[in-house]
Amino acid sequence: MGIRERLSGNEAAAIAMKQINPDVVAAFPITPSTEIPQYFSTFVSNGEVDTEFVAVESEHSAMSACIGAQAAGGRAMTATSANGLSLMWEMIYIASSLRLPIVMSLVNRAVSGPLNIHNDHSDAMGVRDSGWIQLFSENNQEAYDNLIMAHRIAEHKDVLLPLMVCQDGFITSHSIENIELIEDDKVKEFVGKYQPEHYLLNDKEPIAVGPLDLQGYLFEHKVQQAEAMRKAKDVILEVAKDFEKMTGRKYGLFEEYKMEDAELVVVCMNSTAGTTKATVDELRAKGVKAGLLKIRVFRPFPAEEVAKALTKAKAVAVLDKADSLNAVGGALFEDVVSGMFVSKVNVPTVNYIYGIGGRDTTVQDIESVYNDLSKIVENGDIGNPYRYLGVRGDK
Amino acid sequence: MAFNPKEVASRPSRLTSGHRMCAGCGAPTVAKMILKAVKPEDHAVIANATGCMEVSTFIYPYTAWTDSFIHTAFECAGATLSGVEAAYKAMKRQGKLPEDKHTKFIAFGGDGGTYDIGLQSLSGAMERGHDMVYVCYDNGAYMNTGIQRSSATPKFADTTTSPAGKVIPGKMQNRKDLAKIMVAHNLPYVAQTIATGILKDLYEKAEKAIYTEGPCFLNVLAPCPRGWGYNTEDIMELNKIAVETCYWPLYEVENGVYKINYKPKNKLPIEEFLKPQKRFKHMFKPGNEWMIEEFQKEVDARWQELLDLEEITNK
Repeated sequence: MGIRERLSGNEAAAIAMKQINPDVVAAFPITPSTEIPQYFSTFVSNGEVDTEFVAVESEHSAMSACIGAQAAGGRAMTATSANGLSLMWEMIYIASSLRLPIVMSLVNRAVSGPLNIHNDHSDAMGVRDSGWIQLFSENNQEAYDNLIMAHRIAEHKDVLLPLMVCQDGFITSHSIENIELIEDDKVKEFVGKYQPEHYLLNDKEPIAVGPLDLQGYLFEHKVQQAEAMRKAKDVILEVAKDFEKMTGRKYGLFEEYKMEDAELVVVCMNSTAGTTKATVDELRAKGVKAGLLKIRVFRPFPAEEVAKALTKAKAVAVLDKADSLNAVGGALFEDVVSGMFVSKVNVPTVNYIYGIGGRDTTVQDIESVYNDLSKIVENGDIGNPYRYLGVRGDK
Repeated sequence: MAFNPKEVASRPSRLTSGHRMCAGCGAPTVAKMILKAVKPEDHAVIANATGCMEVSTFIYPYTAWTDSFIHTAFECAGATLSGVEAAYKAMKRQGKLPEDKHTKFIAFGGDGGTYDIGLQSLSGAMERGHDMVYVCYDNGAYMNTGIQRSSATPKFADTTTSPAGKVIPGKMQNRKDLAKIMVAHNLPYVAQTIATGILKDLYEKAEKAIYTEGPCFLNVLAPCPRGWGYNTEDIMELNKIAVETCYWPLYEVENGVYKINYKPKNKLPIEEFLKPQKRFKHMFKPGNEWMIEEFQKEVDARWQELLDLEEITNK
């Protein structure tokens, strides 16, 4: 019946990694994810895992070593944030193109510059088209659960893609909350053994990995990656079903909070969903039909399902914790509205860029979004769809 | 094992022919010979930095490598192989790999991927002590992208980013001494050798590096006919002249102790090395004698330093 604990998001991630017991962890410290390799190297030093910990000299090398280790036939994991992920960027694409199911714990933080160590989603958004599965987590429990499910998804023969589990830097990574852990043996059984079909260390079948792949083949290889990403959706749901059987905790592609009759809907990811839930509760108490759609699976993006879930809404606000600086709107907004357009869901939808560089987002902020939505419903005018929330001088 | 050229030549090559390296290039000889030093019963995992060797030996769907091979990017052969080696250790420890089978880890990179863009990754891999051999096939410029200067390019060489012009006569900086940097990592074995001409030296150093536990480094001078501008058939001769002029001394450093493997009785003047190469052509124009003099001085100084290091470390 699980183990009740009180852990920070980083502790939860490190414990998940300990229970998964990967062959190699290669990581380089960066705030706010530093604690993960710190905790993990303690497990290594105390002989609590079988892992070889590679204390690399940079994040570029962390991802390179993970690629080497996973291609060798082992399970490889890492953790990083912001500029660390930026430095990995080249290798991020190579990892997914080599179809290596590496698992990363990404503790979201603003990418420089200027330098900032606090939370937003600019790091994850920068690699959203790199061929990694991206799962977002509202709190420590979800960061833990998503990691426990990660390998089953990433290593599935129809998928074979790397996966990153995101959580909000400091907000959840450093906040201690209640959590229910799963027993070690149950995790071990659930995650299973890694049995790659082809791997470098199989001396009976030497393989070559990472060719020069020219005009005659690269296109087809990219289509295969895209196909794997499409198939990942079903696999994520399958794994979630098994996970629910084990823990009773239910996961989908997204979470619908008080959506049955919701007229005013906020779409967001990670910890802001918690704030939004509190806001929804307050508004519901006042009779406002507020709802929340919390994206868990950002890549593959469940466009059709999201659009369907928004059909009955009267107005939608998509909250992006990263600005795309494209003069159009944030990445989540663009994905949501293009999904709605293709599915012919015509609901007024606006975008809010919020929380940049760790700017606090309060219940009052979210409430102002619902108030805005209510005005849109009243007068039928969207106005400027590309808005800011919580920025000085905006309101 | 003593070097037996006939026996070594008779072993099947672990880098097969049919790859697309240029005629007269030193790099494939380096890979071929080094891999011959892997015991036939041992498996190898080879990591390759992006460069001529990689793009000419593994063009999808063909590969010239008979061992396991991995290429990821330009600057990270060291880090990539670190990961492979780490996985090997972890998997071996857990009984996930056969106990009686040994795998050797060898990285190949050109001077671009090693001296320059990959120096950090190499330094990290060596410092962490992974059981691997990193081999730099040093042809003294970024040949794969079309002969741009590197930190391994000798002074005055004419390259496409250090062209010998009317005002600036080629590259204006001296060559980085990578072997020395590697020695400063306190490695069990560092050696400098050449691609062709004295195969015994290359083979024996490869064998020692591969079968010495821990991180080892080989710097191999590998001529490039396009970048250096020599006749392809002259590669062996040119490699030998590099040694006879002391431009590229053959030496090894075992746990910090230097050993010069060959001391020419009559050290040839550096002109012998410079003259057959188009990249140094401008140095022979009247009025440019100072360039040759300066080049000679640098070679002499480095040779003397090496002699001193040998003496000091053997005391």
